[in-house]
Amino acid sequence: MKPNIPYRLGKSRFFKGLIIVLSVLCTVPLFIILIYILKEGFSKISWHFLVNMPKPVGETGGGIANALVGSLLIVFYAALIAIPLGVMCGIYLSENRNTRLANWTRLSVDVLQGTPSIVMGIVVYFWVVKPFHTFSALSGSIALAIMMLPIVVRSTEETLKLLPDTLKEAGLALGLPYHKVILRIILPCGISGILSGVILAVARIAGETAPLLFTAFGNPYFSTNIFKPMQSLPLLIFNYATSAYEDWHDLAWGAALILLIWVLLLNIITKIITRKWRVQF
Amino acid sequence: MESTILKTINFNAYFGENRVVKEVNIEIPKNNVIAVMGPSGCGKTTFLRCINRMHELIEGTSTSGTMLLNNEDIYSMHPILVRHKIGMVFQRPNPFPNLSIYDNVIAGYKLNGMKISKPDRDAIVEHSLQKASLWNEVKESLNKKGTFLSGGQQQRLCIARAIAMEPDVLLLDEPTSALDPISTSSIEVLMQELKKNYTLVVVTHNMQQAARVSDKTAFFYLGELIEYDITKNMFTNPKDTRTQNYITGRFS
Amino acid sequence: MREISSITNMMNVWKAVKIKRSVKQIRAEKFFRASLVLISLSILVIVIAFLFTLVVQSLPSIKALGFGFLIGKTWDPVHNIYGTYPFLLGTLLTSFLALIISIPFSFATAIFLGEYYPRGWFSDFLKNAIELIAAVPSVIYGFWGLFVLVPIVRSLELKIGVTPYGIGIFAASLILTIMIIPYAASLGREMVRMVPSSLKEAAYSLGATRYEVIRDVILPYSRSGLLAGVLLSLGRALGETMAVTMVIGNTSVIPNSIFAPGNTMASVIANEFTEAASSLYLSALIEIGLVLFLVTVVINMIGKRIIKRFTTE
Repeated sequence: MKPNIPYRLGKSRFFKGLIIVLSVLCTVPLFIILIYILKEGFSKISWHFLVNMPKPVGETGGGIANALVGSLLIVFYAALIAIPLGVMCGIYLSENRNTRLANWTRLSVDVLQGTPSIVMGIVVYFWVVKPFHTFSALSGSIALAIMMLPIVVRSTEETLKLLPDTLKEAGLALGLPYHKVILRIILPCGISGILSGVILAVARIAGETAPLLFTAFGNPYFSTNIFKPMQSLPLLIFNYATSAYEDWHDLAWGAALILLIWVLLLNIITKIITRKWRVQF
Repeated sequence: MESTILKTINFNAYFGENRVVKEVNIEIPKNNVIAVMGPSGCGKTTFLRCINRMHELIEGTSTSGTMLLNNEDIYSMHPILVRHKIGMVFQRPNPFPNLSIYDNVIAGYKLNGMKISKPDRDAIVEHSLQKASLWNEVKESLNKKGTFLSGGQQQRLCIARAIAMEPDVLLLDEPTSALDPISTSSIEVLMQELKKNYTLVVVTHNMQQAARVSDKTAFFYLGELIEYDITKNMFTNPKDTRTQNYITGRFS
Repeated sequence: MREISSITNMMNVWKAVKIKRSVKQIRAEKFFRASLVLISLSILVIVIAFLFTLVVQSLPSIKALGFGFLIGKTWDPVHNIYGTYPFLLGTLLTSFLALIISIPFSFATAIFLGEYYPRGWFSDFLKNAIELIAAVPSVIYGFWGLFVLVPIVRSLELKIGVTPYGIGIFAASLILTIMIIPYAASLGREMVRMVPSSLKEAAYSLGATRYEVIRDVILPYSRSGLLAGVLLSLGRALGETMAVTMVIGNTSVIPNSIFAPGNTMASVIANEFTEAASSLYLSALIEIGLVLFLVTVVINMIGKRIIKRFTTE
C-alpha cells in the first residue's frame, strides 16, 4: 500500500522550501538592525565625537570620550579579575574529573551562567556599593567579572580536556613539578581555546548594561578613578536613548555603532585565533 | 661482577584492590639492556611505570615492597627527584608540540627554570641529539617545532630529551610499537649505543625484539616474574614451561 | 664541539644543581595545587553567598508581605502596597509569546543547518549570522526596538483599532523573539546532527521521503535535545532586562491586552531600584530578583541536565 508518491514528494519539497524560507528570514532582522545602526551612527562619528565629553542638554556637539574610556577601564579590570580565577578553576576542573569539589564547582558555574544580569547587579550592589557608600567602577568590574567566569572556566576546561594525557606524562616523566607541567606545557598547548574563550567572555560583557546600573552607575564627567562612578558605552546608550533630547539620541546612535563594531571585531578575532593558533598533535 | 643499579624486593602494585604486579624480586645490572616481555595484561607496563613512580599518578593505585636505585629507596624520595634519575620514553612519541626541537631537548632544564648559559645549552642539545643519533638530521632545523618529524625521528627526539637529563636508568615502554620497521631497527641499534652510558629497561610485546636488543630478559605472566635470565639462555633453554610456551607462541 | 667528558661533567653538575632546586619546586608545587583548590572553592562560595545575599535582603519583604506578594495585583510603593502579579504576568506573557513565535524559526534553522546543509558557504554564513544575533548587546536591540519597531507596532495598533501606545508587551515580545532565536537554534542544530545516520538510512531504504525522515526519525530522536534548546531560550527570555525595559512601557498595572504597556520582573527592578526610598520597597524589589533568579536558574539547570543525559547516552 504505497499511496500517493507524488503527493508525498511534493510535501517534502514544500517542507524544504519552508525550512529555507524560515531560516533565511532569521537573518533579516539582524541585517536590518545592523544596517540601521550603521546608517544612523556613521554620520555621528568623528574624531571630535570620540574625544569630547557629552555636552549639557541644549548644547549641540559633544562626544562620548568618558564612556569610551570608562568602558575600556571597566572591562579591563573585569578581565583582570576573571581571567586568572577562571583559568585556574578550569585547570582544576579538567585535572579532577570526579572529586566532590569539582562536581559542586561545576554546578556553581552552571548556576552563575544562568543568572540574569540584573540580579548580578543587585547582589554586587550589596557586596561592594553599599558597604563603601559609593557607586564605583570597581563594583561594576566585579559584577562583570562574575559574569565572565562561567565562560572562561567552561572554555578552559573543555580545551584542556581535549589535550592528550601523554603530554602531561611526558612532562612529569622528565621530573618536572606539577605546576611547571601545567603552566609551561599544558596551558601553552591549549592557548588558542583558552584565549578564544576569554575574548568571547570579554565580548559578552562589553555590551552588558544591567549589571552596571547599580554599580558603576554612570558618570556625566570624565573619570578614571575606579573607586568612583564611571560611565560606560552601554550605560550611555541606555540613558541617552531613553531620554527626551534629540542631541542625546544622536550621541547614542554613534555610541551604539562603536559598541557594535567593538563586539563584532572581538568575535571575528576569536574565530581567527581558533583557526590559526590551534596546536596540532 | 657487574654492579646492580636497580633492585626490587617483594614488590607489588595494585589498582585499587586488584594486585597486578605480584612479589617481584629482580636485580638489574648497570649498563645493560633488560627486556621485559610477556603477554598482554601481564603487568609489565605497570611494573615499568612503578620504577619512575608514574603508576601512582592514577587514582586509587598503590604499591608495596621495596624498590632500590643505587641502594636508595625510591619510594621514600620525592617523585620529582626519582624522575630526575630515571627517565622514560613512551609508546607514542610525545615531543612537546609548542616547543622547538632545541627547546624540547633542553626542556628538562629550561622548564625547571635553570639558567644555563647559551654555549652550555647548545652543548647539551648537540650532545644529546648526537647520542640519540638524530643530530645530523635536525641540526639545520633546531628552531622548528618537532611535530614535522617522522615517527622514528620524533621518538629519537624523545630519547634525546630524556637522556639530556643524564639519568641513571632509562625506561622505554614499547618504544617502537608505533613505528615502521626501519625506524624500529634504527632505535634498536641506538639502544646498543646507549647502554654504554645508561642502563635501559625496555618493555616489549615483541619477543624477537627482546631477543635482538637485550642482555637479560625478564618474563612476566599474570603479574608475576616467571623467569629472569641472560637473554641467550632464556630463549634457547627456558627453565619454566610457561616461558617455553610463550616463546614458542602458544600464547601471546 | 666540546669534549664529551667535559660535557658529561657539566651535565652532572647541572643535575646536582637541579636536585637542590627541586626542594624549592616541591614547595611551589604544593602552593600551586592548593591555589587550584582554593580558587575553585571560592567560586562555590561566591554562588552560595549570592543566594544568601538575595535571601537575606528579601527577608523583610517576605516577612511583611508573605504570600500576597506573589498574587497581589497592585504595585503601589507610595502606599507600601507590593503585589507583583503584574510583573509575573508581564514576564510570562513576553517570554512565552517570544518563545512561541521564535520556535518555528529556531527549529527551522536547526533543521536547515543540521540536516539539509551541514556544510557549505551558505551554511557557514547562516551559522555566523545566528552567532551574531546572540552577540549583539541587548541595549542595542532595545535602542533599535524603541526607534524602529515601536513606531511600526504603533501604526499596526492604529490599523487594528487598539490604543496606539507602540510600546508594550507586544513590542517587547517581538524584540525578545529576535534575541532568543540563537539559543534553541544552536543547540537544536547540534542535536539534529547527532542523529545516527544508520537510523536515517533505515528510513530512506524503506522508501520514506526526506520530510518523512525528518518528521518520523530525526525530530523524535532529538526531541529531548530540542526541548533543552527551548528551555535555554526560555531562560534567556525570562532574564532579559535592557531590551525589554526600553520598549515595554514601564507601567506597573496589569496589562489588559498584549498591546498594552506593562512591566516584567527584570524591568521593574531596573527602573525602580535606584529610586527605592524605603527599605521595604527595596526589599520587595530584591524579592522579585530572588524569584527571578530561582526560576531562571532552575530552567537553565533542567535544560543542561537534559543535554548532559542526551550526550552521554
